[in-house]
Amino acid sequence: MALITTRKVLAVAGVAALSLTTAACGSSSDGGGGSESTGPDTTDYSDWCGMKSELQGKSVSIYTSIVTPEDASHKASYKEFEDCTGVKINYEGDKDFEKNLPQRAQSGNLPDIAFIPQPGLLQTMVDTGLAIPASETVGKEVDEYFGEDWRKYGSVDDELYAAPLGANVKSYVWYSPKMFKDKGYEVPTTWDDLMSLTEKIAADDPGAKPWCAGFGSGTATGWPGTDWLEDVLLRTAGPDVYDQWVDHSIPFNDPKVSEALGKVAAILKDPKYTNGGFGDPSTIATTQFQDGGQPILKNKCYMHRQASFYASNWPEGTKVAEDGDVWAFYLPSVDESSKPVLGGGEFVATFRDAPEVKAFAAFLASPDWANAKAKATKGGGWVSANKGLEVKNLVSPIDQQSAEILQDPKAVFRFDGSDMMPSAVGAGTFWTQMTNWVKGQDDKTTLDNIEQSWPQN
Amino acid sequence: MFVTSAVVTAAGDTVSRIGTMFLGLAVFGAVFIGILLLASLFKGRVGEKVQAAAFVGPTIFFIAIALIYPAILTIRRAFYSGKFFDLNFGTPRTRGKFVGFDNFQALWTTPGLPEVFRNTAFWVVLVPFFATGLGLLYAILIDRARGEAAAKALIFLPMAISMVGATLIWKFVYFYNGSPDATQVGLLNAIITKLGMQPIDFIGNPPGNTFALIAIMVWIQAGFAMTVLSAAIKAIPDEIIEAAKLDGVKGLQMFRYVTLPSIRSSVIVVLTTIAIATLKAFDIVQASSGGKFGDSILANEFYNRSFVTQQPGLGAAIAIVIFLLVSPIIVFNVIQLRKDA
Repeated sequence: MALITTRKVLAVAGVAALSLTTAACGSSSDGGGGSESTGPDTTDYSDWCGMKSELQGKSVSIYTSIVTPEDASHKASYKEFEDCTGVKINYEGDKDFEKNLPQRAQSGNLPDIAFIPQPGLLQTMVDTGLAIPASETVGKEVDEYFGEDWRKYGSVDDELYAAPLGANVKSYVWYSPKMFKDKGYEVPTTWDDLMSLTEKIAADDPGAKPWCAGFGSGTATGWPGTDWLEDVLLRTAGPDVYDQWVDHSIPFNDPKVSEALGKVAAILKDPKYTNGGFGDPSTIATTQFQDGGQPILKNKCYMHRQASFYASNWPEGTKVAEDGDVWAFYLPSVDESSKPVLGGGEFVATFRDAPEVKAFAAFLASPDWANAKAKATKGGGWVSANKGLEVKNLVSPIDQQSAEILQDPKAVFRFDGSDMMPSAVGAGTFWTQMTNWVKGQDDKTTLDNIEQSWPQN
Repeated sequence: MFVTSAVVTAAGDTVSRIGTMFLGLAVFGAVFIGILLLASLFKGRVGEKVQAAAFVGPTIFFIAIALIYPAILTIRRAFYSGKFFDLNFGTPRTRGKFVGFDNFQALWTTPGLPEVFRNTAFWVVLVPFFATGLGLLYAILIDRARGEAAAKALIFLPMAISMVGATLIWKFVYFYNGSPDATQVGLLNAIITKLGMQPIDFIGNPPGNTFALIAIMVWIQAGFAMTVLSAAIKAIPDEIIEAAKLDGVKGLQMFRYVTLPSIRSSVIVVLTTIAIATLKAFDIVQASSGGKFGDSILANEFYNRSFVTQQPGLGAAIAIVIFLLVSPIIVFNVIQLRKDA
């Protein structure tokens, strides 16, 4: 078995190395109009397991940003499909996926399937004219198991292209249940409670600070700052304004956004409140996001707002549970009447019109895959918005809580806005300006600069 | 053996692809030899011209398709909008439209880009000056000293490290921990705190971080300057030095009136080579923080705009600016070389 896996890895490596050479001399595609809109493929792919006679011996290549070690559970979760259909899945992970995928499209070297973590990038890939609309089977799965919000994020111009894959919940505040219990603090349920708790901690404990944060993330430095602003805007202005802000039907520097940024500043830029364990607020810019919450374990900091995937950054042996060393509570809304959730996820875009590719896409959109992936992820750290996912199949408590939040009918889910904005903003000025902001630049200049950089065409 | 068998079984078509590649190379070689053989058939005056064309022609041909044609495409691209480099690529909605000088205007109006020009100016002025200066000083100091070879090797070693590697090393040297009671593990900050001063965030704050990064480039390039200049100093004929000594020239005067004029052409080559390398240097900024802390330079921004933020028009405009800045240096270099010849 081990031998076979090694062979597979070598095979993938060999193919990857070769694809590098072919990328250099790959013929430029004629780039014509691409797919004519003829409506979705109505073939039924839901019974992929019964298509062995048709699919046997075929292969599907997938290209993703998910690299070692997270890729192992992905590969394992395809086993059911591979065994059932005889299709071979060739997996290729690349840390520079976001940059390389559009280049691969332009050099005529696209994979069959790409897991795209940003709706903005999905839009770009649809703009290449080479993405293939989702089959009717995938559409049905999305309607049944994901709901309207997620369908919208996988669509371009109201046409569904990609079904959601994994998901994450960003509206979390990490804390130490033990520290809270020792001091008699309650988990806040409204924004006002959160602020009064912040004030109380700052007054109670001179040796620590209520909040800690880190915006550093290599060339993506600044993204945790964008999440902060989005999360707060979603609460103070509501999901409708949030949508308008993301699609730029209101300007980036709208007064409502200034108000939200002011609320973020009241926490992050107050030297009394941040940056626990690191120094003054300006250290947030250079603190790596992976390190951002660690002072909680050293009693230097009480709260750290970060996504569910932060669970994997705690040192080995840390118990992540409601009664453990660290746990996360839902970032409270203004009051308890609404429950907005900020999150992210990947989408399965297809680029080759073939039954094996469509059958595999249908499999990935089904609860069968979601549950297989949950079981394959032995260490935890993965969740999906698929309503067919059984929460008990998830290993870690935090994943279970995330799945419950994602499946909660009261929760209003919104996708990470910076992932949907044009990349000049979402992967450019929004990151850099939030970094400048936390280093001392004022709110107005920050928002004005981002607004000014919004592409005109 | 296991590896080879795995690769062979891996993909049948990869084998054929490798085969095609070698076949292509073989055909390529055969065509060239054929052309040269044909050219050798001509004799006399005409023959010489034909042979010259046979040797120079392929070079010109490949420069044309690999350098001049892309350059023209890039210049054209700078005047269009759109998400993709190839203007004919994509759906009609996103195809680039002619926008005149908008992309060049964006160089000045986009927040963050004016600082990029300022930083680049610092780089282009300071790196060649300090690298050449330090290299020259070192070359003179160790000239004919004991252990010269070892001393030279020490300074030359950084040249052998890749820029990314050098940057990673220096990141540890500059490392800063903002926590007031933390132990500073970065070399420089450890020294500073031991001396009782406050630690400094070297690569986090503009404009100081630009100078911290420039120091890395100087560290790398000084060895190159030292090697070339040391060779030039050794090439000065002993007679000239002796004659100068007989005339009573000493110390600084010797350097000013004898050494420097003798190695002038080498100094210019070194200065201009380092200046061009600096304008194209992208690795150091990319590997330190990607230019996220107000320390970006043109070459890094060219990459960033072309590939990360999907603004190939703006990227092309930056590429043209870099080209325009490099050109005068190259022209100057060529003129100087002609003078000396």
